[in-house]
Order: sequence, then C-alpha cells, then structure tokens
Amino acid sequence: MTTEEILSVTGILLDYLIPTLKVFGFTLLFSIPMGMIAAMLKMCRFKPISWLTNVYILIMRGTPLMLQVIAVYYIIPYLKLAEGLPAPLASVLAGIDIRSENYMFYAVIAAFSLNYAAYFAEIFRGGIESIPKGQYEAAAALGFTPVQTFFRIILPQVIKRIVPASSNEVITLVKDTSIANVVAYAEITLKARQQMQVYSSLTPLIIAGVFYFVLATVLTFLFSLIEKKLSYYR
Amino acid sequence: MSMLEIKNISKSFGKFEVLKDISFSVEKGQAVSVIGPSGSGKSTLLRIVNQLEKADGGSVSICGTPMITVDENGKSVYADPKTLREARLKIGLVFQNFNLFPHFSVLRNITEAPVCVLGMDKKEAEQKAMELLEKMGLAAKANEYPCNLSGGQQQRVSIARALALNPAMLFFDEPTSALDPELTGEILKVIRGLADEQMTMVIVTHEMAFAREVSDRVIFMDKGVIIENGTPEEVFEKSENERTRQFLQRYNNS
Repeated sequence: MTTEEILSVTGILLDYLIPTLKVFGFTLLFSIPMGMIAAMLKMCRFKPISWLTNVYILIMRGTPLMLQVIAVYYIIPYLKLAEGLPAPLASVLAGIDIRSENYMFYAVIAAFSLNYAAYFAEIFRGGIESIPKGQYEAAAALGFTPVQTFFRIILPQVIKRIVPASSNEVITLVKDTSIANVVAYAEITLKARQQMQVYSSLTPLIIAGVFYFVLATVLTFLFSLIEKKLSYYR
Repeated sequence: MSMLEIKNISKSFGKFEVLKDISFSVEKGQAVSVIGPSGSGKSTLLRIVNQLEKADGGSVSICGTPMITVDENGKSVYADPKTLREARLKIGLVFQNFNLFPHFSVLRNITEAPVCVLGMDKKEAEQKAMELLEKMGLAAKANEYPCNLSGGQQQRVSIARALALNPAMLFFDEPTSALDPELTGEILKVIRGLADEQMTMVIVTHEMAFAREVSDRVIFMDKGVIIENGTPEEVFEKSENERTRQFLQRYNNS
C-alpha cells in the first residue's frame, strides 16, 4: 500500500473510533453500577437472591461474550415471530424497530453491560469482603450508622483495593469492543476488515491494531496514575 | 446508679460455653481490670456490652439505660438501634488491633466521629483532637497516616479517637497484646494517667503488675466464670482460691 492509501485508510478508521469509544464508554457507564448492585445481591443474606445472582454471574462468565452479543441481538426478532405472547409484551415488541441503527447499538450495549457487570460484581464483592471486620466494629463502636460506615469507612478502602483488578477489566473492554462487529455494528475492526478486502492487504488490520494498542496504553497510564494517587496509605 | 450493670450474661459459640452467668457492675470513677487465661471469655464480655456480639441470655444496662433486658419468657430483648448508638457513644472502645481507619490521617481518625455522628463543628473537633494528641504526645503526627506510625503510637491515636466523643467510660480490650514489650509502657502510662483523672474504665489485660497497681477492682475470670471480684489486694494477695493462686503463680514465675 502507498503512503497515501495508508493515510486514507487511517482516516476512515479514525471516523469509526467514535462508535468504538461509544461502546466502551456506555458499557462502563452501565456495567459499573450494575456490577455494584449484583455484588450487593450476591452478598444478600436472603439465599434465593444470592443464589440467582450467582447463576447470572456464572452464565455471563462461563459463556463467550460473542455468543451473548449474538443472542441479545436476535432475541427480539425471534420473539416478534413467536405466537401467543401476552398482549402487553407483544405491543412493546411491535414498537421496536429492529432495522434501525439505534437498535443495533442498544443490543450491543445491553449485551456488553450484562457481561461486564458480572465481572465487576465479583471484583466489588472481593473488595468489600477483604475489608477487615475490625473496621466495621470500630465504626459501630464510634456510633456511625451502617450507611455512614459503608460510604465513609468501607467504600474508600474498597476502591483502593479494586483499582488493579478493575484496570484489567477496563483494558480488556477496549479490545472486546471489536466483538460488536459480529452483528455488523460498524466500528474499527469491521471497517478494517472491509478495507483489508478493498486493498488486498493486511495493513488496515495493523493500523486497527495500533489504534487499540494506543487506547490500551493510555488507559494503562491513567490507571497507574490513579494507583499512585491512592498510594498515600497502605 | 452504676455506670455499667451486667446480670447473668451467658454466651456460647456452638457447643462451647464462653460465658456462664456473669454478673458484675462498675461504678463511676472506678478502674476495673479483668484478668484471666486466654479463652476465658474476657474479650467476649466486652464485645457483648458493646453488642458487637449477641448474648444468649442475661441483661446489660449502661448508665441506667437498659441495653439488653429479659422478658417474662426469659428471652433477651435488645434496645432499638438508636438507643444502641447513643449508648455506644457513652463507651469508648479501644481494640487490641487498634482498628484505625487507614485512609484517614491521624487527625481525621479522631475528628470523623465527632463531626459525622455528633454533628460537631469541624474546626472545634480539630481543636479538640489536637488537644488530645498533645496529651498523647503525638501532636507532631496529626497529618501522618496510621501506616507510618508505630504500634504504640497507633494505639495512642485510637485512645484519643475514643476520648474525642467524651465517653462516660472506656473499655480496653487487651490494649497492649499486639505490641512489642518495649511499646506497652507508653500505653500503660496513658491508661494510668486516665485512672488518675478518675476515668471510669474496664481493662481486659494480661499485664498483672499494671492491673494490680492501677485498678480499684480486679475481676479474675476462668472458663467463662468470675472466680474473683475484689480489690487488687484481695485478689493478688489474700485469695484462698486454688485456681486464682495457680494462675497468678504462673505469671509471677514468668
């Protein structure tokens, strides 16, 4: 490929950086709070809830993300075909336009968020359970309410402990966004494959690789800054 | 009115009976030491008074407020969470492992509860915390984090933290057991100072000489039962009880 062609391909891929970052950003936005809720539910003393949450986490972590994206994407079209559904559900389904650009995006975000929430849930749970019992006891003896204890004493310590594990997840997510191309969501990897065929060259793939590499490196750097910032105590 | 009144407290962990029918009371201004071999239930007793542990039976009242009572069917009735929190504020608890908050500076460890729980003005709380740190000889460490302090210093901060809430009494749960022998002295000095100020205290300890010197009353516990409850002189010198003498002898020889 000539320099000009390389620049042109780079420009095209750069345009599709936005859809890639959208999947990344929205997945984080939803999966982190969802993960926190799932962690709480798993630690719930009412066993059936804890057990159900565990089943959800097992399925999400035990099956490929790609499979999950495909399943979430096609579940609505298949439900639309089904007969004898209750009327309210059928009318909701009828309102969903599966041919719209947005539908694809929503399906991808839903699948990614459900999957990543399961991983975050386990990270949060591990973090919360690693805080010594003495911290809760000291807080109780000083008259803190359970809510104050969680937000002022426990959570700040949990955040410090989960930064390294979370940074792993976040960096993996950047690369996992490429899985969205399995339902033809137009992002960097999908475009790179198209360009690869246009030019009969691997170079577009390499350029895409550089994109991911730069993103992951920037994130790695950011997380090491956060870790440093939190290292004022042990 | 007793500062602390404990009646017929019993507690088991599984089949193991840690406390059997424990009763005693603490009067204002008294320093009471609780001594006895490891596993005799001393710490559990303190934890039950603070309700960090639930009792199986018996009653506890703090400054006249019933915390655990027994209804006519013999079931324990616990005070509501608000009463419990208020009662806990009357008791400063000092732990064996300090349990300072590692993410707060020394100063904030002390001011956090007065500000958040009592609603004290931040400036006022900081001023009071500095006074307490001064008293503990740690004013220079106010902005350090607990991880940069020695064990003895951490324990002094935790005593200051407990005192910041103006408790009516202090409980010490083996305050020197996690410390090097050379650091225990500084903690004992602080407790001695508090005793001189007539602070009401319950001290679970293995420091026999200290218990004897500082206490108004000494309680000797073994296998979940109070065997002695008297003046230091009565317990350490005049006890007729075989078990007490055995226990003290082992300490004197070591």
